[in-house]
Parts: sequence; structure tokens; C-alpha cells
Amino acid sequence: MGYQSVSENSHLLSRIAAGDGHGENSSYFDGWKAYDSNPFHPVSNPGGVIQMGLAENLLCLDLIKEWIKEHPEASICTEEGLNYFEAVANFQDYHGLPSFRQALARFMGKARGGRVSFNPDSIVMSGGGTGAQETLAFCLADPGDAFLVPTPYYPAFDRDFCWRTGVRLLPINCFSSNNFKLTKAALESAYETARKNNIGVKGVLMTNPSNPLGTTMDRDTLKTLLTFVNQKRIHLVCDEVFSGSVFNQADFLSVCELLDEEPSYDKSLIHIAYSLSKDLGLPGFRVGVIYSYNDTVVKCARRMSSFGLVSSQTQHLLSHMLNDDDFTSKYLAENKRRLHTRHEEFTSGLEKFGINCLPSTAGLFVWMDLRQFLKENTENAELKLWRVIIDDVKLNVSPGSSFRCTEPGWFRVCFANMDDATMHVALKRIGDFADKVKDETTQLQQKKRFNKKLRLSFCRINDGGITQHLMSPHLQSPRSPLVKASH
Amino acid sequence: MVVKVYKPCVPLSAIATSSTHGEDSPYFAGWRAYDEDPYDATTNPSGVIQMGLAENQVSFDLFEKYLEEHQEVSKLVNDIGGFRENALFQDYHGLNSFRKAMASFMEEIRGGKVKFDSNRIVLTAGATAANELLTFIIANPGDALLVPTPYYPGFGRDLRWRTGVNIIPVNCNSSNKFQITKQALEEAYAKAEKANLQVKGLLMTNPSNPLGTAMTRPVLEEILNFISSKNMHLISDEIYSGSVFSSEEFISIAEILEERGYADAQRVHIVYSLSKDLGLPGFRVGAIYSYNDAVVTTARRMSSFTLVSSQTQKMLSPMLSDVNFTKNYIKTNRGRLKRRYDYVVEKLRECGIECLHGNAGLFCWMNLKPLLEEATTDGELKLWETILKDLKLDISPGSSCHCTEPGWFRVCFANMSIETLDVALSRFTSFMEKRRKT
Repeated sequence: MGYQSVSENSHLLSRIAAGDGHGENSSYFDGWKAYDSNPFHPVSNPGGVIQMGLAENLLCLDLIKEWIKEHPEASICTEEGLNYFEAVANFQDYHGLPSFRQALARFMGKARGGRVSFNPDSIVMSGGGTGAQETLAFCLADPGDAFLVPTPYYPAFDRDFCWRTGVRLLPINCFSSNNFKLTKAALESAYETARKNNIGVKGVLMTNPSNPLGTTMDRDTLKTLLTFVNQKRIHLVCDEVFSGSVFNQADFLSVCELLDEEPSYDKSLIHIAYSLSKDLGLPGFRVGVIYSYNDTVVKCARRMSSFGLVSSQTQHLLSHMLNDDDFTSKYLAENKRRLHTRHEEFTSGLEKFGINCLPSTAGLFVWMDLRQFLKENTENAELKLWRVIIDDVKLNVSPGSSFRCTEPGWFRVCFANMDDATMHVALKRIGDFADKVKDETTQLQQKKRFNKKLRLSFCRINDGGITQHLMSPHLQSPRSPLVKASH
Repeated sequence: MVVKVYKPCVPLSAIATSSTHGEDSPYFAGWRAYDEDPYDATTNPSGVIQMGLAENQVSFDLFEKYLEEHQEVSKLVNDIGGFRENALFQDYHGLNSFRKAMASFMEEIRGGKVKFDSNRIVLTAGATAANELLTFIIANPGDALLVPTPYYPGFGRDLRWRTGVNIIPVNCNSSNKFQITKQALEEAYAKAEKANLQVKGLLMTNPSNPLGTAMTRPVLEEILNFISSKNMHLISDEIYSGSVFSSEEFISIAEILEERGYADAQRVHIVYSLSKDLGLPGFRVGAIYSYNDAVVTTARRMSSFTLVSSQTQKMLSPMLSDVNFTKNYIKTNRGRLKRRYDYVVEKLRECGIECLHGNAGLFCWMNLKPLLEEATTDGELKLWETILKDLKLDISPGSSCHCTEPGWFRVCFANMSIETLDVALSRFTSFMEKRRKT
């Protein structure tokens, strides 16, 4: 049923609604569209697009399924759990179930090797990591203020941190010359640029382990960061959503650990965003967490959590699961092991084709170096290459420009959201592509292969224009390869 | 020796430091009083009875019975085969089956008099999120929404806090049973114009919280004409639509729109939730139904901040799609609420307290004007404090609902057992008896 022509009434919407701040015109989401219109299936569509642009962790869902089967009391609709139904269904207190907060605090502590202890009373729920980021932005900055963010960074931060808040994200540029490590010089430079432009910097937003790099910050870098925010008297939001997905290294060093070591650091500046979507592979359950060392922020974020509480049914289930020490220990260890194995297989497979990735020890993806395949060292060339990968190689990978990477030619490739067989199909396609391109580059002619109109659709500025997608889009929302198109 | 260096607090945002969250209102102060001293029949019989929270606890047994008799639902929910898909499902369109179930349930509530297209449903984590989200979509910071008084205290936070939008009240009073009039609408609009505020919409709750009344057809028509003439949006919060005591007495804005052939329907957005009618506030299930494509698209994108847990969607989908269950639930729930309401109103009348004649909701709108020492907000708050401290009853003063007429109080009755309700009513009785003697 259509009730109006779009243009007639678009003036009736707010600037936020009419603009492009939702970010869905980015190439990051274009790849999802390509996947959705032609999804790979080993039997029914073996020539389809393989989804490598969605950072999901499917590797340990069997462990979770097993636990649920063995614990019917954790569900409120089984015979064993039905007596909880009424109390749980009625529970809407924005503090969350105490057992749930305790369970989260324990799990987060465990993911940090027991070296950090979290106070359950400082844990606040949010609508996934997405909700956590937005809530923190609302709490810490005013419209027009800015947070500095190291590049490359997760594209949806532009939506999560900025869209409805009016806060800006300004890049701290990082480069491959030092493996994209954050430097003091880069921090100072970004801060200075903002200052020259009269933009109030209210904090730094970082992701550790990094998305899309898959690297973790070392002690020195964390100290540099902490010293910087303390000197400038600004906030630090640390997104540690992949903290339980660190492999191939002894320990994950969280910023929280350093706070205890150095009493001169002002704890009230530090705020952690977390979620169970990556480490536990449960993005559908919408479990986001804000952990702040600042009591005022905790109080404010808690009030705001009314806009995105976790379903009490989900809190009930997960409080049982995450309070089960044996399970969580086993899960974290096994998750590490499987991610490590998958990562090894994938990167060594790529190496055989002469494709290298940034050395990484965490996350659900690799940061793949395809600079050798670029016709020119430009963003245009990267996007051209990306279109070939989507349309010809039939892989949805995410181009570095969508992560605001300063250097063309890098791509984020997710490896944990598929089974082994699919991964091998993907590797074979990449291998074939690499061979083909090598053959072509040895030729002397300059054939123009790509006639397609490119969409340099990465939106940097909210120009107040009307979004193109006024009819309810079928996609632009994460659709896992393992989820059927319709339920 | 450790020398503590004083470091000035790094500022938080203006939003964080403002009090627009509204928690300093007596509405919430009463909740705190209850938290500190909650009534329990055995362990704390003289504690505070919570009559300030509009929850529906009268019909849980219907759910429990359904789940007991339909173990296949629990099998479905815990179905290991489907678990993986469900755990991964974060598509902001929501489960198809769940959206269809919500559409069908909303149609059921309206007695099949309207049709809802499930593709126009956007899911949010509760109506709280739905109302805020719609405000972000239809209004810019500094704009205004008209809201008829008295209204749900939480709107102050939901519509204004993070959005920067203002509320201009459309004042209603007891002279005509608090109905919205054209004059009141025009006055509110003029006030906004004078203050240089752009009015982007009207938000109404039907049935009303706190009045407990369903809006009549002439008023609904008047409102539709008004918003069209002023080129604004209309948000109809219908979260109590399943709690109207008799199905004939509820007219949804959807019905009027259908009758008008959907002329100008793109201005209208309906908010719904399962928190009140089904008594499931913990599950955080809210919905926006919009006749405006651009609003549906944008709302869907914004719902990323506030999606409904896929686990919950999966559990509720079969129940809400089961027409036998929903028909029986709606009918039984309505009957039980009506009986409660009639009982409470009768008992209050017996001790000399009158209520507005209501036909919906989980509360009654009690008239304590005769008890006020002065007919002012101060007088009302004084009485409220007395009721809280001496009667140990947490009821909500009309001023916290922005009622312009002092002396009215919202009293919730569906969130407790009948035994507790009797205790509460007896406290009113004793109080009134004492007053008559002095």
C-alpha cells in the first residue's frame, strides 16, 4: 500500500531523517546488497557471492547450542523454566537483572585473563554495541563537538556515534609504514587540526582489538593514548568488542589493566563499549554493554538505556550461561583455538597466491594487502578493483576506503562467518583471480576492462539531501550467510 | 605521602547534565519510596504499595497455560537446528513471521475493523524507543510537538531529552471530561507560534494514560482535520488498545484513516508495544506502524540502535500468530481489567472518592480535589506526600502528568494481587474515615 509520493512529503521530515547520516550509501553496504541479491550456496547457488564483508563468529555456536540443550531451566518457555516466566516477563528495571550484570562482569574479566576485575554496578545495558556507542556519544559530547578516531575504522561508527547525536568523528591517520600503529605525532596532529578549525575535541574513540586491522594495541601505544587524553583532559572510549576473540598471542592487554598500574591516570575519563555479538556470536540477541569508570556517566547511560534495554528473556538465559564458570572458560579457550586455526589456514592459503595480510592476532577478519593489483595508487582504482572482486570473483570484501584508510589497496576480509568448505571455495576464487591479474599485468596493452559506472557512493558529508532509498529497502541490514532470506 | 592533585572534572554533554530525563519528578520519587520500603504481605505488611506503575499482571496465567500446552513452542524456541540462524539474525526488518504476528495481533485488537500491512511495521525495543525515534524523524532540535494533557510523565524524557524537541501542552480539563477540543489545539498552536517554535506534530495516547479513557470518533476526526490543516504529523500511541474494557469502545486512528480512503495518511504513525496489553514489559517489544514510506525506511534504519532480541521475536511469534490464543487472551484480559476497574471504583466511591468515568487501561483517574487544602500544585503535592508517608501508597500526582487542574491522581490497580489491592483500598477507607471524624 503506497500512500504518497515521496517528494511531496519529504519536507515533512527532520534533517536527521532526510540526510545520509545512516551511512547506507557507503560501499561497505553496497557489498552486502550484492551478496543479498545473489547469495552463495554450496548446492543451490555455487556461483553466488560469498559473504566476506560481515564480521560474524560462527565457529563456536555449537558449544552454545550444547549448553542450551543441557540447561532447559535457563529458558522461560520450557517445562523446567516456566516458573520463571512471570517474574522475567515483568522485569523492566534498567539496572538489568543483577545476576546478568554479575555474569557480564565475570565474563569480561575472564576475557582479560582475570587481570581486570569489573564492578557489576558499573555495567549498563544497551541495544547492542551500536546502542552503546551512540549512548556514550550522547553522554560525552554536544552537537558539533568531535571525537578523534584512528583510521582505518569500522564504517558504522559514523552512524553510531554521529547520526542522531550531531557529534563528529575526525580521523587520526595511521599508515602501513608502521603497521598502522597509532603514534603520538598522529594524535597531536589530529588534535591540532581540530583546534585550528575551532572544533571542540571531547575525546578519542578507539577499537582494541582493531576492526578492521585485527591487531591489538601494545603497552606503549596504550600508555601514549592514556597520557594524551589525560593531558588534554578529554575522554577515551574504548570499544573492546573483540576482546574475547584474541588468538595467536599470549594475552590481550586491555586499557583497563593499565589504569590500575598507573594511579596518575584519571579513571573518570575511561569508558568501555562491549557486546556479545562478536565474541559469543549472538548478534541477534542485542546485548550491548557500557562500562564506565565515571559514576556520572554510568548514571546517565543507565537512564538512556531505557531506549535500548536487553530483553529480560535474553538476560535470564545469558546470566545462567555466563555465570557457568566451567562453560565460559572452555568457551573462551576453544574460541581462541578455532579462530587461530581458521586464521592460519586462510592467511597461509593467501600467501600461496602471493597475497599478504597485515600480521594480526585478533578479530574475525584479515586486513588484506592488494596494493599490487591496483592500476594506480588511488581510491578510484581501489573501488574499481573492489567492483571486480564483487562482480567477477564473486566475493563480498570491504574496501579500505570505506574504513577511511589513508592508503588505497587494503581490504577487510572476514573469515569466521562460514564453514571450512566455503572458505576453501573463497580461497580458490582468490587464487584464480590472482593468477589472472598477474597474467594481465605482464601484458603491455592498456585494455579498458571496466565499463561499469562506479558509485563513489561513500558519503563523507551530510548534505541534507534526500536519501535515495525511500521505499523500504530489502537490505542494508546485516544478513548472515547462514540465515535464510525469509522466516 | 600521596599528594592528591585536584583535577577539574572533564565535562560531560549538556544532555548528560540536564534534568530532562525527568527522574526528579514525584512520579519517580514515589517509585524510589516503594523500592526502599516495598510492601510484602508476610515480611513487610506496612510497606509501600506500588500503585504508580502501570503494569498488567492480571493475565500471566494465560501465557503459562499456553506454553504448558504447547511444548512445541518451547521446542521451536530451543530448537537446536534453528538456534544458529536465530542467534545470528540481526536484520532490522525483524523476523518476517514476527512482524506478521504483530500485524495480525494489532488487527485482532481492533476487532478486524482495520488491516495492517506487516511491511509497514518497524520493531523497536519498547514504545519508549519508538516514541523517541519518531520524534528524531519528524522534528529538528528546537521544534515542538503538541501533547494533550494530562500525559504520561515519561514523555518528557522520551520526546525531549536527547532529541532537543519541545513539548507544548494542549490543555484539557474536567469540565468536559478532559476531552481534546479544537480550541485547546488552536491555543496550543498559537502559543508555539508566538514562541517561534515550529510545531511538527501532535502526539496523543489513545486510550489515554493517565485518564483511562478511549477517544471518541468526533474528537479523532477533529484531530485529523487539525493536523492536516497545519501540515503536521500525528503520532497515535495505542499501547493500551488491547486494554479497553469493551472492544466496541475503542476506535483506532487506523479506522478513521481507512474510512477516509487513506487520504493524507502519510502524516500518521501508530506506536504499539506488548508491555501493557500483554504484560510483557521485560521483553522490550515495541512497534511503529507508519503510513509514510520515508518514515518506515528511516525508522527501520534507526531501529539498529534498539532492535528486539531475535530470541524474543522467535518465542512470541507462534503465540501471537495463534488466533485462538490471541482471541481468547484479548477477551479474557479485557474482562479481568474491567472487573478490577469496577471493583476499585466502587470501593473508592463507598469511602467517598470519585474517579473519572474510564473505559480502558490499567489505572483510574482519581479525583481528590475535595481533599486539597489549597487548589494548587503545592496543595496537590502536599496531599501526595501525605498519601505516600501516612497511607504508604505510591500513587501518581496529576501535576507529574502535567495536569493543569490540581487534585487528580493516577492509581494503578492491575499490577498486584487482589489481596494486595484490598489492603490498599482499606488504607484509603481508613484515611477517609479518619478525615470525616476530624
